[in-house]
Amino acid sequence: MSKIVSGATKLLSIMFAVPAFADAEVGELEWNLREGVTNISHEVYDLHMLMFWICTAIGVVVFAAMFFSMYFHRKSRGAKAANFHESVKVEVAWTVIPLLILIGMAVPAANTLIDMEDASEADVTVLVTGSQWKWHYKYMDNDVEYYSLLATQQEQINNKFDKGENYLLEVDRPLVIPTDQKVRFLVTSDDVIHSWWVPDFAVKKDANPGFINEAWTRVNEPGIYRGQCAELCGKDHGFMPVVVIAKEPAEYNAWISEQEEIQRKAKEEEQKLLALNMSMDELMEVGERVYLSACAACHMPTGQGLPGVFPALKGSEMATQDIPGHIDIVLNGKAGTAMQAFGKQLSLRDIAAVITYERNAWGNDTGDMIQAKDVNAALTGN
Amino acid sequence: MSTVAEHANDDHAHDDHHHHGPASGIKRWLYTTNHKDIGTLYLWFAFIMFLTGGAMAMVIRAELFQPGLQIVDPNFFNQMTTVHGLIMVFGAVMPAFTGLANWLVPMMIGAPDMALPRMNNWSFWILPFAFLILLSSLFLEGGGPNFGWTFYAPLSTTYSNDSTALFVFSVHIMGISSIMGAINVIVTIFNMRAPGMTWMKMPLFVWTWLITAFLLIAVMPVLAGVVTMLLTDKFFGTSFFDAAGGGDPVLFQHVFWFFGHPEVYIMILPAFGIISQIVPTFARKPLFGYASMVYATASIALLSFIVWAHHMFTTGMPVLAELFFMFATMLISVPTGVKVFNWVATMWRGSLTFEVPMLFALAFIVLFTLGGFSGLMLAITPVDFQYHDTYFVVAHFHYVLVTGAIFSIMAAVYYWLPKWTGKMFDITLAKWHFWCSLISVNLLFFPMHFVGLAGMPRRIPDYALQFADFNKWISIGGFAFGISQFIFLALLIKACKKQGEPVSDQVWEGAEGLEWEIPSPAPYHTFSTPPEVK
Repeated sequence: MSKIVSGATKLLSIMFAVPAFADAEVGELEWNLREGVTNISHEVYDLHMLMFWICTAIGVVVFAAMFFSMYFHRKSRGAKAANFHESVKVEVAWTVIPLLILIGMAVPAANTLIDMEDASEADVTVLVTGSQWKWHYKYMDNDVEYYSLLATQQEQINNKFDKGENYLLEVDRPLVIPTDQKVRFLVTSDDVIHSWWVPDFAVKKDANPGFINEAWTRVNEPGIYRGQCAELCGKDHGFMPVVVIAKEPAEYNAWISEQEEIQRKAKEEEQKLLALNMSMDELMEVGERVYLSACAACHMPTGQGLPGVFPALKGSEMATQDIPGHIDIVLNGKAGTAMQAFGKQLSLRDIAAVITYERNAWGNDTGDMIQAKDVNAALTGN
Repeated sequence: MSTVAEHANDDHAHDDHHHHGPASGIKRWLYTTNHKDIGTLYLWFAFIMFLTGGAMAMVIRAELFQPGLQIVDPNFFNQMTTVHGLIMVFGAVMPAFTGLANWLVPMMIGAPDMALPRMNNWSFWILPFAFLILLSSLFLEGGGPNFGWTFYAPLSTTYSNDSTALFVFSVHIMGISSIMGAINVIVTIFNMRAPGMTWMKMPLFVWTWLITAFLLIAVMPVLAGVVTMLLTDKFFGTSFFDAAGGGDPVLFQHVFWFFGHPEVYIMILPAFGIISQIVPTFARKPLFGYASMVYATASIALLSFIVWAHHMFTTGMPVLAELFFMFATMLISVPTGVKVFNWVATMWRGSLTFEVPMLFALAFIVLFTLGGFSGLMLAITPVDFQYHDTYFVVAHFHYVLVTGAIFSIMAAVYYWLPKWTGKMFDITLAKWHFWCSLISVNLLFFPMHFVGLAGMPRRIPDYALQFADFNKWISIGGFAFGISQFIFLALLIKACKKQGEPVSDQVWEGAEGLEWEIPSPAPYHTFSTPPEVK
C-alpha cells in the first residue's frame, strides 16, 4: 500500500514539477519554423509561411461551407433534402482552380530548390562524416580534422544532475565556419545512414555510407547554431547533436591556423611519447576516461554490453587472452559489425590506455599493460 | 472407388452447410469459410492489434513525458517505435479494412459469399502467426526489430541483431495474407455482382476496395522483394545495399518507398469509400459527383506510383528528380481535394442528422483534410528539408492514419454494427467514445506540428528542454486517447452479447443499398439467389 502511495506521489511530483522547471530554464516557447541566418533559410521560411496561409485560406473556405451546412441544413431545423448530385461545371472548376493554385506554389518552390542544390564555387569545404554516434569534421583546405561528441553528462540524462540550458544540444568540439563565405559540406558516413541538420541554415543532408552528398550554406550572422542527427541511426540516435560556430572571416582564419599548429604539434608529441612508458595507474585513469567517451555507448559502462546486440568485454576471451587480437580490433574495427576502427579516432596513447583499462577493469584483472609503442608497432607492422 | 464415395459425402456435407447456421464452438471460427465470420475474425484481430500497438505507443509517450531517460533504455525505445508502426500498419489498419471488405462487399453487390472462401479462411488464419512471430522477437536476447518500421539498410542489415530473420519472415506472411485477401476481393467483384449491378452502380466502398486490391497486388510483392534482399544481405553475403560490395543503401529506400507510398493509399482509399457511404445516408441526399469520385480514386491510385521519392528528398537526388517528385506529389492534392469538395457538396442543402457514424465521418473530413494540408506543405521540397524526419511528419501521418483511416474504421463499425448484430449499440457509450477520442486525439497530435517545426527530430527517446512543455501535453493526450478506446471495447462487448434495442432492416433513415434490404441481423447466408438491381 505505502508503495503505491509513494509511486503515485512520485508520478504527481513528476507531472507538476517538470513543466515549472522547464519554463524556468527556457522561457520562450518555440512553435514555428525558425527563420534562420542565411538567405536560403529566409526563403525557406517564406515558402513555409506562404504554404501555411494558402492552406489556411482553403481550409477556412471549405470548413466554413461545411459548418454552414451542418448548422443551416439540419433536419432538426426542418431542412428538406434537395436532390442535386451532379454538375460537370462544378467538378471542372474545383479541379482547375486548385491546379492554378498549385502552379502558384510550384514556381517559387522550384526557384529556391535550384539555388539550394547549387554547391559550386565554394570558399571553404568541410567533409562531414557521421558514425555511431558522433560527427567527424575534416577541413579540406587545411590540415585540421576532429571528432565532435555529445558533451551533456550522463548524470543529466539519467536525471541525477539538473539539466543544463543546452541539454543534448552541446558538443565537446563544435564545427567552426566563417560568416559571409560559401561553405560547402561533403556529407558521408562510416556506418549507417545519418542526417546532418542545422535548422538555422535550412541544411539537412543524409550521410550515406559509401557515397558523398553535397550541401552548402552562407551564414550572415556570427553565432552558435545547434541541430541534431535527423535519421534514425541506432541506439543513441537521439544523442548526436550538431553544433556550428560561425565566426567573422578574420577570426575564423586565426582559429584555423591555430588549430593547424596545434594538430601538427600533437602529432610530433605523440612520436616523442612513444619512448615513454606509462604507469598502470596512469593507464587506468586515462583508459577509463577514454572508455566512457568512446566505448561505453555500446559495451556499457559496466563492460557487460547489451546481450544479443553488443558483446560484453567483461570476462570475454578477447579482453582476457588475445592481446594482438584486442589491439587489432580496437585499431581497425571489425567489418560487418558495429565495431568501428578507432585507429583514426584516438591517439596511440589513448588506445594503449583504453586497451589496458579493458583488460583490467570489471574483474578482468589480467595485469597486462599496453603501451603506446605496442599500439604503434601493431599499426606500422614493426 | 473410395474417392467417389468421399466426394459424394463432401457434397452432402456442403448441402447441409447451406441449410443450417454456423457450426458451434471453436471449430466455427477455425474452419469457417463464411464471409461474415471471417469479417468478424479480421475485425476483432485488428482491434486486439490496435490495443497492442497502442500499448507500445503508451510506453513511447510515457518515456517522452519529460526530458531525460526514465522508463526504458534507448534500444527498447527503438523497438517500441518500430513494432508500434508495424503493428498499426499491418496488424490494425489493413486487417480492419479487409474485415470490412469481407462483411460488406458480398452484401453490397448481392453475392452469396466471397469468390474464394477457403482461401479467405487461410488468408486470415496465417495472420495471427505472423504477429506472434513478430511480437515474440521482442523477448529474444537483444530484442526485436529496432530500426524503425521503414527498416532502412544498413541499420537493418549489418547493424541489426539476429531477430531480423523473424521480422523478415513475419512480413512475408503478412504480405501473403494481404495478396490473398486482395485476389479474393477482385475475383468477387469481377464475377459475383448481382444482375443489374453494373460498374457505375457499385457502391463507392466497393469501388475504392477494388482499386485498393489492385494496389495491394502491385506492391506487396515489392515489399516481399525488399525484405528478401535485406535477408540475403544480412545472412547470405549479398551486397544489394552495401557500397563496399557494389550496392547502394539508397536503393533500399527507393524499393521500399515504391511499395510504401502506394501502401499509404491502401490505408486511405477504403476510408474514402466508407465516408462516401455514410455522408449521403445522414444528409438524406445522393452522393454528389459519384462518377468523379470513382475517377478521383483511380487517379490517386495511379499517381501513387510516381511519387515515392518524396519520402527521400534529403538522400541526395539530382535536382531534376527532386523537381519531378515535388510536382507529381503536389498533383495528388487535386483528386484528393475533389473528394473533400464532393463530400461537402453532398451535405449542402441536405437534411442532416448527427448520429454517431456521421460524427466520426465529419471528424474524418475535417481532420483528414488537416493531414492533407500538412502533406501538401511536405511536398514542397525546399521546406521538406526542414520538416523531414521531425515531429511535423509524425503529426502529418498520424492525422491521416489515426483521424483518417482509424476514424473511418470506427465510423464504419458504428454504421454497420446494427446490421451485423440486429441491435442498436449503446448510443451513450458511443458518444462518450467519440467526444473523448476527438478531444484527446487532437491534444495528442496537434502540438506535434509545433515541436516538429521547432526542430524536434522523430524517433528520439530524449529531447532538448525547449520541447518539454508540448511533449507533456502530447503525452497526456496520448494517455487519454488510449483510455478512451476502452469505452469502445466495452461497447463492442455489449454489442456482441446482443444487448440493445432491435433495429429495422434499413437501420438508418436515409440508408440505401443492398445491405439495408436484407434482414437485421444479417442472416448467416445472404443472397443465395441473386437480387435484381434496377
